[in-house]
Amino acid sequence: MASKLLSHSHLRVIYSSNTRICSNPTRATRALLNLRPFSDSSSPPPLEMPQSHNNTINDTGMGRGSTPSLSSLKELELVKFASIAETWWDSEGPFKPLHVMNPTRLAFIRSTLCRHFGKDPNSARPFEGLKIVDVGCGGGILSEPLARMGATVTGVDAVEKNIKIARLHADLDQVTSTIEYCCTTAETLVEEERKFDAVIALEVIEHVADPAEFCKSLAALAVPDGAAVISTINRSMKSYATAIVAAEYLLRWLPRGTHEWSSFLTPEELVLILQRANISVREMAGFVYNPLTGRWSLSDDISVNFIAFGTENSKYENK
Amino acid sequence: MNRVIVRKLAANVARLRVQHEFFCTDAAARVSGSNRSHEHEEKHDFSNNIQQYDIAIVGGGMVGMALACSLASMPLTKHLKVAIIDSNPALGSKVCFKKEDPPDPRVSTVTPATISLFKDVGAWQYIERHRHAYFDKMQVWDYTGLGYTSYNARDINKEILGCVVENKVLHGSLLSCIENKDFQKTIYPSRLTSMTLHPRSSPMGMDSTSSRTPSSSLRHLAKLELTDGNSLYAKLVVGADGGKSRVRELAGFKTTGWNYSQNAVICTVEHTDGNQCAWQRFLPAGPIALLPMGDNFSNIVWTMNPKESMDRKSMSEDDFVKDVNNALDYGYGPRPKSSLLGNEDMFSWLRGYVTLSANECFEVPPKVVKLASERMVFPLSLMHANDYASKHVVLIGDAAHTVHPLAGQGVNLGFGDAFALSRVIAEGIAVGTDIGEVSLLKKYEAERKLANITMMAILDGFQKAYSVDFGPLNILRAAALHGAHYISPLKRSIISYASGEQRLPLFS
Repeated sequence: MASKLLSHSHLRVIYSSNTRICSNPTRATRALLNLRPFSDSSSPPPLEMPQSHNNTINDTGMGRGSTPSLSSLKELELVKFASIAETWWDSEGPFKPLHVMNPTRLAFIRSTLCRHFGKDPNSARPFEGLKIVDVGCGGGILSEPLARMGATVTGVDAVEKNIKIARLHADLDQVTSTIEYCCTTAETLVEEERKFDAVIALEVIEHVADPAEFCKSLAALAVPDGAAVISTINRSMKSYATAIVAAEYLLRWLPRGTHEWSSFLTPEELVLILQRANISVREMAGFVYNPLTGRWSLSDDISVNFIAFGTENSKYENK
Repeated sequence: MNRVIVRKLAANVARLRVQHEFFCTDAAARVSGSNRSHEHEEKHDFSNNIQQYDIAIVGGGMVGMALACSLASMPLTKHLKVAIIDSNPALGSKVCFKKEDPPDPRVSTVTPATISLFKDVGAWQYIERHRHAYFDKMQVWDYTGLGYTSYNARDINKEILGCVVENKVLHGSLLSCIENKDFQKTIYPSRLTSMTLHPRSSPMGMDSTSSRTPSSSLRHLAKLELTDGNSLYAKLVVGADGGKSRVRELAGFKTTGWNYSQNAVICTVEHTDGNQCAWQRFLPAGPIALLPMGDNFSNIVWTMNPKESMDRKSMSEDDFVKDVNNALDYGYGPRPKSSLLGNEDMFSWLRGYVTLSANECFEVPPKVVKLASERMVFPLSLMHANDYASKHVVLIGDAAHTVHPLAGQGVNLGFGDAFALSRVIAEGIAVGTDIGEVSLLKKYEAERKLANITMMAILDGFQKAYSVDFGPLNILRAAALHGAHYISPLKRSIISYASGEQRLPLFS
């Protein structure tokens, strides 16, 4: 247990802010089938002490509508982050697997949210009028398409470097420049009493130390009858073979130790902890990778990667 | 599986290069000049009214307009701001042709697949108001009198095999179709001078001004400069500007191809009666095709060597008509006889599979009585761009590939590109993808490259089979035609393939 906490210590901030700060972002996930990158492996900057981290959060302001201002950054740092952002967003680069998987995840989100909120699926901007939070947004690979689909997006990530990269890239396009990026955690947003129509946390829950608490935070961020979308990796023999043995050891797509198989959740467990957090799972789908076409598709096979859509139902049930 | 075939075909193409005049273009060096000028112009742009578009289509010909029309007709793409860059005055004026006008010799044979795409976007109804000619029968034979086959739409349970339409009618119909749609399009009656695809040569955010300024968001776009001094920005530049594509050159896409050292003579001719069949006869120098055009008109596409083509262009009309009739009937060799190889011929074992049209006898094409247009001469070549897409830029139609006009497939491949690209764009928009994103555009490339290369290889093979006059080979060819005539499954798939319906079973 201790080792598990250690290996994911940098991610614990997601569910329990200010207790521990990322000490080694290189351990964070890299692009892959299963993973939302939290960081890039190149040149991790020494991270601030918890106290200074808090200051940063306060400086940049986590209030509604405010974003970290770029003027507070050193010019040299800007250049460095800019070059990292280039690779992050290079769809043929190291993050290629994530880019390839993205349209499939978005197709699921599009169809479930359109149905739940009664939006026109033939519209180019079906999420117009919806406030969505992307928890663990990384470089903004999910936040930007959501903004193009019309949503008012808030992207949060505990790793400050990711937020800077996401901000720089989003500003390249007028539509995505409206995204609000904050270096913060779901818990802090709850404390600030922020509410969203939809809460999305893709490939995050397998990295938090207490998934049940994390789900409660997600539920608290959703408006009554709001939506939640969560994706993760199943704890199956197949996922052990593909996500750990293949991706980390054979293909070296991910740094070793990125995933702790025993901390993965099965779909049943996820449904259960979401239920306890007052989120009823309405739909679930699996992602299947076709090595011949190099494409991902949605399927009923939830044995490795899966995604769940649920609705917040605190007003109907009490628990 | 598909990849293997592409590789195989690519290898074939590569091998064929040896026999041909091979050219490869690399325009990258030339583009570098335009990058330099970009820097100091940025301030200038900023004060001016900056024209920003989602898509800039360079070339408003049939394929470019088909893309615009398709984008205008889909719910996910009809909101896009589109610029069309073409100096052709026809784009600005109202479309009006009279039915009495003599038919233009520039025609296209559109396949049933293309017709259904046109119907989907609502453009076919405009074509039906003008001259067009459906045909349900096709006869192919050769000068040796050995090979002969005829195709009938009934063989594949279809009404028609295709439709011959003048290019100006196809183009005009697409224009009318767009006019009647609620679509934001801007026409720039000009030509492209330079294109800057990756303006972010310096790391972004370097300038001390906030990265939220418009000039920063423009860095994500391709910049186009036009001959009339206008400039515009677009998320995606579509090169639909033909075989000598300027977009292809400026984007630095390399091409592979060769000239056939053959020219095509095209013209319109008149008969005393109507013609409902497409005819094609292989002659020693190349095929001659007689395509129905409606009323009593037909279109001639006659392939020959450059010297002959010049002679035929300049000879008197009467002599030319005589030559055409000769080429379509008994010139160069005898007519095929239906009982050619005897009833107990070497193909008799195939009789079990005989299709309906196999029982039909060889027919002689209708006599040409008069030349009804000028004679035009075009050189033939084959060209294929090694890539169709990179960030912010994509090629469609002849800009990506030109083929031998043997079966009239060129424009159908182009229409296929246009509709495939608009569908891929719609799929991307559905999931919030940036439409200039290379991963999205590569999806289009993967889909169309296979279709285009397959067709190019088949047409090129046909051309080669008939460019040699050598006894044993003639018999082999004849046997191939004969076999194709009698073996139903093969014949059916050949017709289906030529009508754009499906892939050859070999490739599926």
